[in-house]
Amino acid sequence: MIDQVPALIIIIPLFASLFLTLVGSLGHRFSYILLIAALAATFACSLLTLGLVVDDNQTIQYRMGDWPPPLGIELVIDHLSGVVLVLIAGCALLTAMYSLHPAKQDNPDRLNHYYALFILLVTGLLGMTASGDLFNLYVLLEISALSSYGLLARGRGPAYFATFKYLIVGTIGACFYLLGVGYLYIMTGSLNMVDLTALLSQPELQESVSVRIGFTLIILGIWIKMALFPLHAWMPNAYSKAGTTTACLIAPLMTKVSVYIMLRIMFTVFSVDYIFNSIAWSHLVIYLASAAAVVGMIAALAQSDLRKMLTYIIVAEIGYMTGGAWVANASGFIGATYHILADGLMTLCLFMAVGAVIYRTGDASKTAMRNLFQKMPVTAVVLVIGAASIIGIPPTCGFFSKWYLIQGAAQAEAWVFVAALLIASLVAAIMFFRLLEIAFFGDLDATDEHEGSQHGHGHHGPAVAREEAPLSMLIPMVITAVAVIVLGVYTKEVVNYFIIWSVPVGL
Amino acid sequence: MEDLFLFIVANYNYWASLILLFIGLYGMVAKNNLMKKIIGMVIFQTAILLFFVSVAVKRGASVPIIKFTADNQPILEATAYANPLPHVLILTAIVVGVATLGVALAILQKIQRVHGTIEEDEVLEDLRK
Repeated sequence: MIDQVPALIIIIPLFASLFLTLVGSLGHRFSYILLIAALAATFACSLLTLGLVVDDNQTIQYRMGDWPPPLGIELVIDHLSGVVLVLIAGCALLTAMYSLHPAKQDNPDRLNHYYALFILLVTGLLGMTASGDLFNLYVLLEISALSSYGLLARGRGPAYFATFKYLIVGTIGACFYLLGVGYLYIMTGSLNMVDLTALLSQPELQESVSVRIGFTLIILGIWIKMALFPLHAWMPNAYSKAGTTTACLIAPLMTKVSVYIMLRIMFTVFSVDYIFNSIAWSHLVIYLASAAAVVGMIAALAQSDLRKMLTYIIVAEIGYMTGGAWVANASGFIGATYHILADGLMTLCLFMAVGAVIYRTGDASKTAMRNLFQKMPVTAVVLVIGAASIIGIPPTCGFFSKWYLIQGAAQAEAWVFVAALLIASLVAAIMFFRLLEIAFFGDLDATDEHEGSQHGHGHHGPAVAREEAPLSMLIPMVITAVAVIVLGVYTKEVVNYFIIWSVPVGL
Repeated sequence: MEDLFLFIVANYNYWASLILLFIGLYGMVAKNNLMKKIIGMVIFQTAILLFFVSVAVKRGASVPIIKFTADNQPILEATAYANPLPHVLILTAIVVGVATLGVALAILQKIQRVHGTIEEDEVLEDLRK
């Protein structure tokens, strides 16, 4: 039984999704419980798998249907994918718990269909992480992409057009990936990642132009999917028009899994030597990543819509991770991988807190934050922890990932990237302190304009009633905020037990 | 000149899919009508499908079912059979493509209902209001 756990990680959510489409007549509560149960089981399985990997310190290779690898499809779970699986299943479980009220608000009809898409997206993400086969990965990529189009389009109104644009761009990205896989298949005759590693290390393929084009197309496709700076235009609109739960699920996970796929392609399928000596784009990519970090944060500063602000922060965070992966040393790699975990948790934290504010006030602009500390104290604290992590204040995990990234960048003498990381942190600090000022004291100018006409001046203070978010939203929010701090406090353990093992040979 | 001609003719399947690829990309990026964007997307996907399928072709090869010689010996040479794997992959990719097309058309219908048009500039104008 225990041998089958890796397959269950994908099978449980897949079948739960099928069931959820059928149980519409049994009511909201039933679909909610089914969703939670399935995700909890998935989370347990992914924890168990990670435990197995860490116990023996070796990679689990699960053969689907017991077909041997180059022909059959295998799931490969090592330290890196194990941790990412736990992250995805955990975040999805927390978001599912959170969804009880906001999902019903956003989807008054056919909530079970919404949940079916929700868990199908999780299936796709988990599958992408676990798969050891390039074409299988493409199919799972499209499964998660298609379900995310469905989820995002449920935001209604302006969400339709934003989703349409995302669909067009996302399809271009996935097709580039598929075309690149085609090039690699023609040159090697294999789709299995481990098999490809061996085949691609032959000297004549190292020189081959076709392999190089294949790599370029794959990486370009993934960059479109993960919204790296010049290719990010589709993201802010698509994510900020979506429903609250949709944003909480998609925004932290989709882009992070794409970063994980980039690491896999770079270091598992190709090798360190090939990426940094033969392809040698490092300089260009580090400039792109630095630009992404700075431009993303500055664009975030300029937004008045809270969720648009958060999506631009993701653009910046993608820059951090890409830079970390391309500085070509161990610290950078550790920083990038650790940041996948840290950023998954802290963006989830922020999106949940902002989602709760929007749920209570019905307003998505910065004015909704007014007097937040009086109105929703717990939400406000969660928001502060998430913000501290984005800025990089210890002991939150955001500080430690940035520490590794800066260390890696300094070792590689990529001073542009160091500067970009520091500037982005400063801009983030300005942005969040401005936001917290509104949350603590109320927006002074806006209050004058707004209430001056009706009640006269100086009308803020103890008069504000407490309106905390419902418990089903508060509990996952608090768990996430605690996880942000715990992950930060146990950085050394996380790095030593999980991440160190996946640092590729030669870095 | 003759070399160039041979280069093009010898790889005509790649050229055909490349040309289709760019037609599709042009349609997706440059067209204002959202339906035409979808048509571009389908052409783009089809180009990649053709690319994969054309790779599997072998001269004089037959379907990948083991054949026997006159004295009942199986023919076990890779050159005797077409490569089935790209076809199988593309069967999956076609399904993915159809699903994407379905979702795209559904969203397009919603756009038409909300904005009353499927011209991109008019939708953008409507959104700005």
